[in-house]
Amino acid sequence: MPLTPVLSAHWDEADSYTIDGYRRHGGYDALAIAFAKQPDDVIGLVKDSGLRGRGGAGFPTGMKWGFVPQGDGKPHYLVVNADESEPGACKDVPLMLANPHSLVEGVIIASYAIRAHHAFIYIRGEVPHAIRRVAAAVREAYAAGFLGSNIKDSGFDLEVVVHAGAGAYICGEETALLDSLEGFRGQPRLKPPFPAVAGLYASPTVVNNVETIASVPSIVTNGADWYTSYGSEKSPGVKLFAVSGHVERPGIFEAPMGTTMRELLGWAGGMRKGHRLKFWVPGGSSVPLLTEEHLDVPYTYEDIAAAGSMLGTGTPMVFDETTSVTRAVTRWLEFYKHESCGKCTPCREGTYWLVDLLRRLESGSGSHSDITRINEVSAQIMGRSFCALGDAAATPFPGAIKYFADEIALGTHTAAADLFDPVAATVFAGVNV
Amino acid sequence: MTMTTASTTGDVLEPRPDLVTVTIDGVETAVPKGTLIIRAAEQLGVAVPRFCDHPLLDPVANCRMCLIEVEGMPKPQPACAVTCSDGMVVKTQMTSPVADEAQRSVMEFLLINHPLDCPICDKGGECPLQNQAMTNGQGDTRFDGPKRTFPKPINLSAQVLLDRERCVSCARCTRFAEQIAGDPFIELLERGSQQQVGIAEDVPFNSYYSGNTIQICPVGALTSAMYRFRSRPFDLVSTPTACEHCASGCSLRTDSRRNAVMRRLASVDPEVNEEWNCDKGRFAFRYLESDVRLTTPMVRVDGELRPASWDEALVTAAAGLKAAAGKAGIITGGRLMVEDAYAYSVFARRALGTNDIDFRPQGSSAEEEQFLASRVAGAGLGPTYADLEKAPTVLLVAFEPEDESPIVLLRLRKAAKTGTQILSVAPAASRGLAKTNGTWIPAAPGAEPTVIAGLDENTVTALSQPGSVILVGQRAAVTAGLLSAVGRLADRTGAALGWVPRRAGDRGAVEAGVLPSLLPGGRPVADAAARVDTAAIWGVPEVPEAPGRDIPAMLAAIEGRELSALVVGGVRLDDLPADAEAALRATEFLVVLDTHAHGLVELANVVFPVAAAPEKAGTFINWEGRQRPSSQALRTNLMSDARVLAALAGELGVVGLDGDLARLRAQLGEFSGWEGVRVGSPDVAAATGEPGPGLLLATWRPLLEATVLQEGEPYLAATARGREVWLSAPESAALGATEGQLITVTSASGSVTAPLVVAETAEGTVVVTGDAHRVLGQSGERVQIAVEGQG
Repeated sequence: MPLTPVLSAHWDEADSYTIDGYRRHGGYDALAIAFAKQPDDVIGLVKDSGLRGRGGAGFPTGMKWGFVPQGDGKPHYLVVNADESEPGACKDVPLMLANPHSLVEGVIIASYAIRAHHAFIYIRGEVPHAIRRVAAAVREAYAAGFLGSNIKDSGFDLEVVVHAGAGAYICGEETALLDSLEGFRGQPRLKPPFPAVAGLYASPTVVNNVETIASVPSIVTNGADWYTSYGSEKSPGVKLFAVSGHVERPGIFEAPMGTTMRELLGWAGGMRKGHRLKFWVPGGSSVPLLTEEHLDVPYTYEDIAAAGSMLGTGTPMVFDETTSVTRAVTRWLEFYKHESCGKCTPCREGTYWLVDLLRRLESGSGSHSDITRINEVSAQIMGRSFCALGDAAATPFPGAIKYFADEIALGTHTAAADLFDPVAATVFAGVNV
Repeated sequence: MTMTTASTTGDVLEPRPDLVTVTIDGVETAVPKGTLIIRAAEQLGVAVPRFCDHPLLDPVANCRMCLIEVEGMPKPQPACAVTCSDGMVVKTQMTSPVADEAQRSVMEFLLINHPLDCPICDKGGECPLQNQAMTNGQGDTRFDGPKRTFPKPINLSAQVLLDRERCVSCARCTRFAEQIAGDPFIELLERGSQQQVGIAEDVPFNSYYSGNTIQICPVGALTSAMYRFRSRPFDLVSTPTACEHCASGCSLRTDSRRNAVMRRLASVDPEVNEEWNCDKGRFAFRYLESDVRLTTPMVRVDGELRPASWDEALVTAAAGLKAAAGKAGIITGGRLMVEDAYAYSVFARRALGTNDIDFRPQGSSAEEEQFLASRVAGAGLGPTYADLEKAPTVLLVAFEPEDESPIVLLRLRKAAKTGTQILSVAPAASRGLAKTNGTWIPAAPGAEPTVIAGLDENTVTALSQPGSVILVGQRAAVTAGLLSAVGRLADRTGAALGWVPRRAGDRGAVEAGVLPSLLPGGRPVADAAARVDTAAIWGVPEVPEAPGRDIPAMLAAIEGRELSALVVGGVRLDDLPADAEAALRATEFLVVLDTHAHGLVELANVVFPVAAAPEKAGTFINWEGRQRPSSQALRTNLMSDARVLAALAGELGVVGLDGDLARLRAQLGEFSGWEGVRVGSPDVAAATGEPGPGLLLATWRPLLEATVLQEGEPYLAATARGREVWLSAPESAALGATEGQLITVTSASGSVTAPLVVAETAEGTVVVTGDAHRVLGQSGERVQIAVEGQG
């Protein structure tokens, strides 16, 4: 399959992030098309396009917009989830750096569709460069009359606020994000009510991922048929695939859904020289890992699921044979333990326990009962936690042991560092330092 | 039984559209729509284990202990947060291996970081974690790693301590503080396994309701400074008691060990205090063990009070009272149980032959007496807490519920959440009012009657909605014309009128006839039929007809030599007006019945020790008019006031006065249901506010201050609110003072210096909070204000 740059079409231009750079290629032209339609027709268009949430869960975007009750007399809000923090996920931040106006234009169209007059872009606090870019883009959009009151004589008003998070993975969970945005401690909320009914300030709210919203202008411009001409029936469209890890040229490749990992690897220049693939993770650390046998699985929600994993954020992490799977899983679990918000028992206590057990295996002091226990504790978390963070934490180990049971068992007598030199897995491997 | 055809007489069960049918563990049941699964299971007798769930708090579903299986749902669901829907099939741990396994998993998780210190933990023996670990956990742990620890304990306030490693993060305490008390001083901090309850730096958990968090903590994470390490639950003897501290009427559980009270808990009483109480009711009980408790009678000989036998004391008292025949009166405080108050009422009329009896040591008026006679005495139950909850509008007059009847505040908060509009005619918009989302109707001290007479049409319309309630505080008595105006407003709008006194025995004293113009059960002394009725119940030819004196009149009569003896029960010197001490010193013969030796006892000729509330059985009547029976929690040799009075009457040669509780109650019961003519409403004109120098003082007694009943509780006292001076923004500006600056307020009786709070206050008014009333006097005084250090 060929690369199909849409969002990333002009990233190589020096001023791609400016309003001039964006408008040179038809930027903000989708607004007039959208404003010429009824808001419900815009929702219908997005429904027809089959666009699914790019934040990981893959929920149909048009359907989400359609859940917002109209004529309820309450203010509506659009909130963009730009709290990209999933280990391995690096697509939203580059998108905001290189093409922030696609996001701003998407925000305007989406707000128009759901009849929101306030939109918030909640950006992860650790990426000030992205925050600055988006804030500058919003400023430019205001100056150009794309934001504010009566946008381009459409009669539509919209205020956009760029909000910086304070560095918590949990705030990528949409309801925790809303709490954080309201000024509270970020912890997920009890659902129902869902945000579409009672979200930000207890008003109907749509929370969408950056890439999802940024995809909207191109759909409005080119039509639903254009979008569905890419990908599969259940997973239409194009997507930013961010390939990281032990490849020659890590990077972001915009390609149709259904592209295979083998193709992505090809664009990334293949594995590091002299190394071979050991395992890869299709969409962030929260999904089970896959191996070489899955390289030809089409990158669609349904095919990746059939292969035993999840598409997630669509940002594959690639690991070669220098990697200790025990060490990798331990690092992920340490991340989840650190980021567990503490609200619910299974996640708070389960991640604490898992890290304790995994560190034993990593240091070679584990036992076979520890391995059994890690599986059991993972199962005890899965499906019992308050939000998906717990499920995510329960995912890596069962996924890993499916393919690497023998290697993991070595942790009962040999430290991972003795089996796999940690330096060999780094970018500075082989360099005398 | 034969089936009959369906009749239309209503004996056929109507289908209830608001019911849904659910099947729990194979048993079908119908519950109202919106019922949580955990509650529906309870109705069937199935206890789903839980920690975060509390029936009076909003569901949060964070502990995950109550996971159960719902048919058609892929994952186990929290029973505490999912509502029943029609046709739902639920399987709890009793029938579902999935639910059982999920619950055991969660229990195992909860225990991995929980210390195994049950043997030294206050909660051990009554601990939901301990109990449910037995019922829904496994006996052994598979966790063999290091547990998370914290330095311990830390103070959330002087009174509430936190052992963080025991916390299971159920958030009951933080949710209580936010949702029920409206004091969100505690919050969960940090994340993951480091998550802990904490306070903001330098802002302790000084909520009047903080003790409830200790009670609802499902583990031993929260403890009280006073009870910590003092006892084990299984060594305690529990007695159901009524709180003696205020007129809210909380039902309490008094736990004692070796005949000493160890702690007090709020009992469940949905009609009154639900499951809560205030910190005063919970923690203020050490006064019982005070060094100055009276244990033996005392008689003054040669100017010296010395211990005496009961015989000597009774003979001496009787002789003194006989000598003062016709010139003796009675003063009681509002702290007596109704049976004791009744005994004083009978003693006055029968043993002393007088109507000189009054229970209102401070701030009383003839207008108030008439108000009580016309609208309170014998009025029975209501308005009630439930009425507040249902009321479309509640108007507060001269009443700060948070300080003056804290459980009323909790109920008003609950009401406000479901749409009740709270209005307050007050000198300032208080924080308590803000907590009920209330609307402030400004009224400078003294101007309240005018403000009430001139309420706008919207307010009057709101109060005219069926079910609306007016609550007037005891302080209203000090403002001429206020109770008259409130009565007229109630008549005009049809709103129910509730009188909320401060002390637990005030309403009982009204019912018992501890007033110069009232006999028991609201019978007017002036009414011949009432006197005949009363005499018949007492089995005497007649009861005194001459109008009695209230306390100010009695004190004046002493100075005028018209009265020479007083029997005083349950009154402290600082309850009385400042000039009372001189009159009492001038009293020729003073008999005091009390629990503690204090200033007034020093003036007495004869002192009788009496039992304190937890040391005897009896009844308080709360502001609603509801009986609050209290059992005897402690053994004692001390007698109740009623028994002492009966003995004294016997010594005086008056027979038939009873000290027996059951017979007193029975006789009081005979007084209920007076159908005779009632005293009419007072119609006193408002005083015309004379412009004067300075500002008008507004103040009220805070919940916590240094009083006899709060003796011996340093930790509770440390959570009391300090004095503050509230001034409006314009008055502050005129004074050139800014928030936090020290302001000196000077009245005729003294001066107080406290930090300025710029608040919403009525024009020309300065509010001084905390215990400043002790120095400055009552609302309505003219005071001078100055910035400290600027002369």
